[in-house]
Amino acid sequence: MDKQFWRWKEYNWKEEKLNWKEARSITAGIDVGSVSSQAVILTAGKIFAYSSQRTGSDSPQSAQKAINWALEGTGMKLEDIQFIVGTGYGRVNIPFAQKAITEIACHARGANFMYGSSVRTILDMGGQDCKAIRCDERGKVVSFLMNDKCAAGTGRGMEVFADLLTIPIEEIGDLSFTVEQEPPPVSCTCVVFAKSEALRLLRQGWPKNKVVASYCSAMAHRVVTLLERVGVEKEFAITGGIGKNRGVVGRIEKELNVKALTPTWDTQIAGALGAALFAQALLEKTKSLN
Amino acid sequence: MPVAGVDIGGKTTKIIILEDHKILAKNLVLTGLETGKTALTAFQQVLNDAGLSPDKISKITVTGVGKKEFSLGHNEVSEVKADAKGTVYLFPSARTVIDVGAEEGRGVKCSPEGKVVDFALNEKCAAGSGSFVEAMARALELPLEEIGKLALISTQQIPMNAQCAVFAESEVVSLLHAKTPKSDIAKAVHNAIANRISSMTRKIGIEKEVILIGGMAKNLGFIDSLKKDLGLEILIPEEPEFVGALGAALIAQEET
Repeated sequence: MDKQFWRWKEYNWKEEKLNWKEARSITAGIDVGSVSSQAVILTAGKIFAYSSQRTGSDSPQSAQKAINWALEGTGMKLEDIQFIVGTGYGRVNIPFAQKAITEIACHARGANFMYGSSVRTILDMGGQDCKAIRCDERGKVVSFLMNDKCAAGTGRGMEVFADLLTIPIEEIGDLSFTVEQEPPPVSCTCVVFAKSEALRLLRQGWPKNKVVASYCSAMAHRVVTLLERVGVEKEFAITGGIGKNRGVVGRIEKELNVKALTPTWDTQIAGALGAALFAQALLEKTKSLN
Repeated sequence: MPVAGVDIGGKTTKIIILEDHKILAKNLVLTGLETGKTALTAFQQVLNDAGLSPDKISKITVTGVGKKEFSLGHNEVSEVKADAKGTVYLFPSARTVIDVGAEEGRGVKCSPEGKVVDFALNEKCAAGSGSFVEAMARALELPLEEIGKLALISTQQIPMNAQCAVFAESEVVSLLHAKTPKSDIAKAVHNAIANRISSMTRKIGIEKEVILIGGMAKNLGFIDSLKKDLGLEILIPEEPEFVGALGAALIAQEET
């Protein structure tokens, strides 16, 4: 089989130092997105374990896979989790989740945890959509704008380019900064047309890094127009998979003339993290009612 | 003296040699990545077919997205002008031209003289062009010639949620996984693009007769979906992909 350059690494992680058995609460959030799925487990409000993988053809299975992988090697079982909230595109289809909450609310909540309460503007760059979210100091959504109609400015668009240029997707960001001079952005917005344009540029003798730089810059420009419509208030943070692509992030910062906060956690887990935080709040609410 | 019309499209390049309203020779080749070079070779070929030397062509008019790439052209004409001219020549009763090519969709309202009255255009998004169907045929693992015919035997109306060609490709794959018959998916694909093309054309107002040209006019599934969406009969020329080149050649002839 040919190498799949778009295929990003799937992973899981756990905090070895936390003893979950002594935790007073265990909650989880599962984000079944259109391209990737994540599960985050919190013990007493701290991140205990998470996983990230590609979404399969059905949501229940993808959710199951995500939580199983996050649980792997922890000794914890699904039954030990007291409250689970589902989010993302497939959120209504997670059989073992007690509640579904929109990914916009979850990303804002997750970003508030990851970056702190000073975050006011979040750009969530997902696999098949892109959202510009404004929130308050508690991570509550004030307003948002979203593009979920067009692949330009989404992770899928970047995957298509990784494949076209045969460059592993994780290397695109760094490669885009190896150009001597910043080229103009790819002129076509549409990913399908941008692909033809890129082929022509390669044919004209453009090296791959220059084409990559040109595409990263077009993608940055595309999402900046969305951000400007919602208005950017500091602090500004980026979540989602593209948040790990320095080539796009750096160019967004340059065009906005605003630095994004440096992530301390994996940007791709923000949605599932927010869901797990909602789960924790909901759990405490039920506890206090009883 | 003979004249030439050259139409360099996103996917194919079309050339027509015309003398006294008679087509002496024509040629259609893939535009490829070296647009200018390909067009020159194709031009040489068509001259050979007509048995003419280059100096016998009194005027060469160029149209299409790649028109700037052709070094032998005497003048350029917009695609909508060429479309209107070529279509009204073939169908004097034509008032609305719908041209759906590989990378563009156009709706042109024209006068009885073949002049452009108004037009609407999509060149920004693949979902409103032939590329959309091409991408879906690839996802369905069907040859492009088959996908249109297959749509005609569909019995089931299924919706297509994705607009974007990139997202629609994933949707087609999911539908295949769910064991949806390929014919029903093909139908949904054609309904989706027909809907986009007709709403684009409605912006300029649709007046009879409606003529469909461009490469997509050879796709039976698309024709069927578009007719139903518009609620109108559509006329189609015998060689719909050559109408732009013909229009350019007719304009060249008028100007000599």
